[in-house]
Amino acid sequence: MLQTMARELAPLHQGDPIKAATREAYGKALLELGEEMPDLCVLDADLSGSTKTKAFGQAYPERFFNCGVAEANMMGIAAGLASMGKTVFASSFAMFATGKAWEQVRQSIAVPQFNVKVAATHAGLTVGEDGKSHQMLEDITLMRVIPGMRVLVPADAVEARLAIRAAAENEGPFYVRLSRASTPVVFGEDYKFELGKGAVLRDGGDVAIIACGIEVGMALAAAEELAQSGIEARVIAMASIKPIDADLITEAARDCGCVLTAEEHQIRGGLGSAVAEVLATRAPVPMAFCGMDDEFGQSGDAWDLISHYGLDGPGLAASARALVEAKNS
Amino acid sequence: MTLTDQQRDEIRAAANTVRQDSVRMTNAATCGHPGGPMGMADFMSTLFLAHLNLNAENRHDPERDRFILGNGHTCAGLYSLLAQKGLFPSESLLEFRKFGSPLQGHPHRNLDLGIDMSTGSLGNGLSVGAGMALAAKQNNWETRVYVASSDGESQEGQIWEAATAAAHYGLSNLTVMVDFNNIQIDGVMREVMDVRDLREKYAAFGWHAVDIDGHDIDAVDGALCAAKEETTRPSAIICHTTIGKGVSFMEDKAAWHGVAPNDEQAQEALAELGA
Repeated sequence: MLQTMARELAPLHQGDPIKAATREAYGKALLELGEEMPDLCVLDADLSGSTKTKAFGQAYPERFFNCGVAEANMMGIAAGLASMGKTVFASSFAMFATGKAWEQVRQSIAVPQFNVKVAATHAGLTVGEDGKSHQMLEDITLMRVIPGMRVLVPADAVEARLAIRAAAENEGPFYVRLSRASTPVVFGEDYKFELGKGAVLRDGGDVAIIACGIEVGMALAAAEELAQSGIEARVIAMASIKPIDADLITEAARDCGCVLTAEEHQIRGGLGSAVAEVLATRAPVPMAFCGMDDEFGQSGDAWDLISHYGLDGPGLAASARALVEAKNS
Repeated sequence: MTLTDQQRDEIRAAANTVRQDSVRMTNAATCGHPGGPMGMADFMSTLFLAHLNLNAENRHDPERDRFILGNGHTCAGLYSLLAQKGLFPSESLLEFRKFGSPLQGHPHRNLDLGIDMSTGSLGNGLSVGAGMALAAKQNNWETRVYVASSDGESQEGQIWEAATAAAHYGLSNLTVMVDFNNIQIDGVMREVMDVRDLREKYAAFGWHAVDIDGHDIDAVDGALCAAKEETTRPSAIICHTTIGKGVSFMEDKAAWHGVAPNDEQAQEALAELGA
């Protein structure tokens, strides 16, 4: 397994050996925001050590509420606090925050458009060993479909810190999807995150790979591999899934003639669907979708799982190659 | 503090108006839930007239009291009381449930009208009330938060998550008033899914909890006064009521949970209510 990782990420490691988990960046961002925003409150559901809200709780105990193992109630409390003027972050694992408490997020937070940020960690396959009960692969779909809910899936620790700040500073409900696993840092410290904007990390004109979360690093690895066989891939990090950067997606489709999406999530309803919704009306081109194809995950090492489901660099490169061939045939 | 004779008269008149409005509004809408608000009319009127610090002048004051109708389907009664307290003209009541009216079929938050929270999905209200009470405590405000709930709603698991949390946080500024009429849509509550003794349940969760006759406005007032004396515990007032109260052919009938009276029935009901 370690060999797999070394093979996939070696090119990135050579340039930038820094690795960090987006959940770590979340914990740090909360500490910064806590100092700046006296009305900021943070809620957790007995997972504060894992979601990294614990540090905020220690720094600002009067503004931190551990709601126990009761996610539905936590979302209601978040709504109540927000209705009184607080800016609220509510955290748990993605499975429970968006799955178990979906109805409360819809009814009590989104319907009145309260200023609540659902920041959920341990999303996707890279939860690893915990297996399918904890591998949330449907959350982007579930949150994206709720009217007025903004959805952010940062690629690395740098982008996560900025995405959390954007969620805090923009009024209304947000969902921020964060990971357990440490992943390569792909953005420089001078990166400026903008709500509704994607970022081109590598230029190319043969295929556009649009990715979010940990798949951004994988897309860069795939582009490296594709370049060796003469295929130039444009890699776009699309953290802002809603609102989405329709102009950047349209431009990429027109320039490249085909678009591959990559996400650690079900194909149906996630980033790929969001991109397809844009392209179907603005610039229809051949597309392919890398993600979970209507199945649940399983226990195993995070990176073994990513490889198994074709979501590592070689997996994305193979899908991109097939897509380019289809485009040219 | 006990109610004055004048307050008693005003509360009784308001409760009767709630019952008449519930009949008129659901009749005009040709749908809705008349029975519940008629049963809740006495305790809701006591709350709104003698305790809840909400009126046309302070509706946007952050420190005002809050009210959440957890059993949101009974909103004809809430709208009637808000109109009676001058938050909007009572003529609007007949637009209830119609296209373009802010008086939605289930409440939607609208601070101009005095509606503090969107509800309708049973089980959600008490958690939000707990969050409001928590914020009020954090801000050192005198704000009190009242949540209406019901025996049927107590079948929802989230109610008990909220009850656990409210006691844990010591939300003495939170009061839930549970309409216990032993009726839910599918029939008699004790047959559909018996929630048993809610006073004992809330007490076991760490609340100050009392059983009262929900039609006895002095008992309601006394329970609301006692709730204000609590310093460490939230309060639950289990209000035993009769659905459809005040109209002989509607009383204690599950059929009147979610069915509107037709013109003839409405006329008959209003005559019984002295309209």
